[in-house]
Amino acid sequence: MKLSDLTREHSSPVDYQKAQFDYERCKDQDSAKPVRHPVVVVGAGPIGMCLAIDLAQRNVPVLILDNDVSLSVGSRAICFAKRTLEIFDRLGVGEPMMDKGVSWNVGKVFFKDQQLYSFNLLPESGHERPAFINLQQYYCEGYLAERVARLPLVQLRWQNKVVGVEQRADHVLVTIETPEGNYQIEADWLVGCDGSRSTVRELIGQESKGRIFRDRFLIADIKMEMDRPAERWFWFDPPFHRNQSVLLHMQPDNVWRVDFQLGWDADPEVEKRPENIKPRIDALLGADAKYELEWASVYTFACERMASFRHGRVLFAGDAAHRVSPFGARGANSGIQDAENLAWKLALVLRGQAGDALLDTYGAEREYAADENLLNSTRATDFITPKSEISKLFRDATLDLARSYPFARSVVNSGRLSVPAVLHGSSLNTPDADAFEGRMVPGAPAADAPVLLANGHPGWLLRELDGEFTVLIYGDGNQRAQLDRLADELRDAAEGQVPLKVLRIAAQGSAAPANADGSVLVDQQGLVAQRYDLKPGSAVLLRPDQHVCARWRQPSADKLRAALNTALARH
Amino acid sequence: MNLVTTPNFSNADDFYEALIETHRGLDAAASHALNARLVLLLANHIGTTDVLKQALAAAREGAQAGIDAATPGAKS
Repeated sequence: MKLSDLTREHSSPVDYQKAQFDYERCKDQDSAKPVRHPVVVVGAGPIGMCLAIDLAQRNVPVLILDNDVSLSVGSRAICFAKRTLEIFDRLGVGEPMMDKGVSWNVGKVFFKDQQLYSFNLLPESGHERPAFINLQQYYCEGYLAERVARLPLVQLRWQNKVVGVEQRADHVLVTIETPEGNYQIEADWLVGCDGSRSTVRELIGQESKGRIFRDRFLIADIKMEMDRPAERWFWFDPPFHRNQSVLLHMQPDNVWRVDFQLGWDADPEVEKRPENIKPRIDALLGADAKYELEWASVYTFACERMASFRHGRVLFAGDAAHRVSPFGARGANSGIQDAENLAWKLALVLRGQAGDALLDTYGAEREYAADENLLNSTRATDFITPKSEISKLFRDATLDLARSYPFARSVVNSGRLSVPAVLHGSSLNTPDADAFEGRMVPGAPAADAPVLLANGHPGWLLRELDGEFTVLIYGDGNQRAQLDRLADELRDAAEGQVPLKVLRIAAQGSAAPANADGSVLVDQQGLVAQRYDLKPGSAVLLRPDQHVCARWRQPSADKLRAALNTALARH
Repeated sequence: MNLVTTPNFSNADDFYEALIETHRGLDAAASHALNARLVLLLANHIGTTDVLKQALAAAREGAQAGIDAATPGAKS
């Protein structure tokens, strides 16, 4: 089929795992000299497609090359975190993901035959999106591919395998192998989103380095009716799988993901056989349970990353740049944050509104985030699969104590679940000069909060951020004229520099906003003021990727101009 | 804050007797497990990472002598 076939009405839902896409000859193959493209993305996985959609929404044409003919086979990455859902919303794919996905906030941890404790990843209300949804990767990729198909600025070429990458002074020369032979194109920027065995990485002579973990895990997706809540259940040493761990997740379509730790000596080919999986599942569910085995896979993992995510005009995102263990759902989620960090920077550089230095900050910020993910992932793995006798002794002692003592539960680590990195110390941040409380420090991803829109309907703060720089100005009714003047001043300050949205936040209890242009939101429950620690006259500057980069008690045009320069890496 | 290494027990002899008594009748594996639980309980009581790291380093110093003695040529 063609990608555009995804957007047609179908009598039954498309089976994304079975869809095979056609190789099509393109004009570039008949061109006498290599055709130039502003951005070429290698790999039509979730990271590559998110990046392409984001760039296209910023009016940048994107070419995606994929060496295969299909989307994800198997459920693979199933846990999509709140921040990812917020990014999906901005990319126009949040609704289908939410509609299909299973929302969850609660995790439970068991030791032997006893529940140790449960935790809630989103203990406060006033957020549009849950802590997580579970959704098979093929659905996620299917919805992204449908969105891609509707964007005329994105071209996706199947069975186009990159076999040569040469960095030139002002472009990258890319050699592509197709069923009809090789051809070449030029890319202003080439982005490798081609997974942990990245071809692009290999072609430029780079590698990922880190720790390999000597353990194997079996993933079994089973389809069955089961009356259990949508929660993450994790067992240490359960009676049905002694001395190992087990993880259970609910997926859409009555599919359950069971992840069994096997140990290093397990033979992947033997363990994958249905007749060997069945006894393991029966031990968990009881011998009379009725289920079908949907998919199975045996995996090992490494915690590793490339030393640098930027190499001249070649950039890397997702598993190509860094790999983590699956405990914590930090693979796909961190990759999608890579894509979001890179998209606005590439767009501004291509538009000439920022210099090359801005792209160095992609590397610096996402390498920092990768280190945080790697640290969390490595620590979780060390707890789940202790590598020495003494490590196991302390692990079991912690689990023993966790039955009775809350302090020990904080040490139990069944995976610290993905939260976006706070980019402390990023060179794009303007350090606070005024006193602020709370979590919305420079570098923090913006927190959501309920608001009243100009039309009087309830809405959400993050939905009103449209992918450009946004300054939030907070005030009550008493200083309307003063705040109007400030809003104008700030708008003028950014004029000719970079697009800036000025969003007024009216204090809780204010009358419905009078401005029909949508530039005033009412802080419906007072949570914007609380979460951002705003007082009348305070302002917060958000980057296009919704990270806080500056905040002031007494904002001014000069301060804003300086903060924008900093956030654009103009030094 | 610094790790307290000067005498701080309200009664050192009482503590030591109680420590040994706590292990009475346990085999080596059970004693090791008890010690691990004890370390975790006390570590949480102290709480401060900095102080805990000083204690870990002080305890490791004793182990280093053992490693050096057991590994010929390890000390250059």
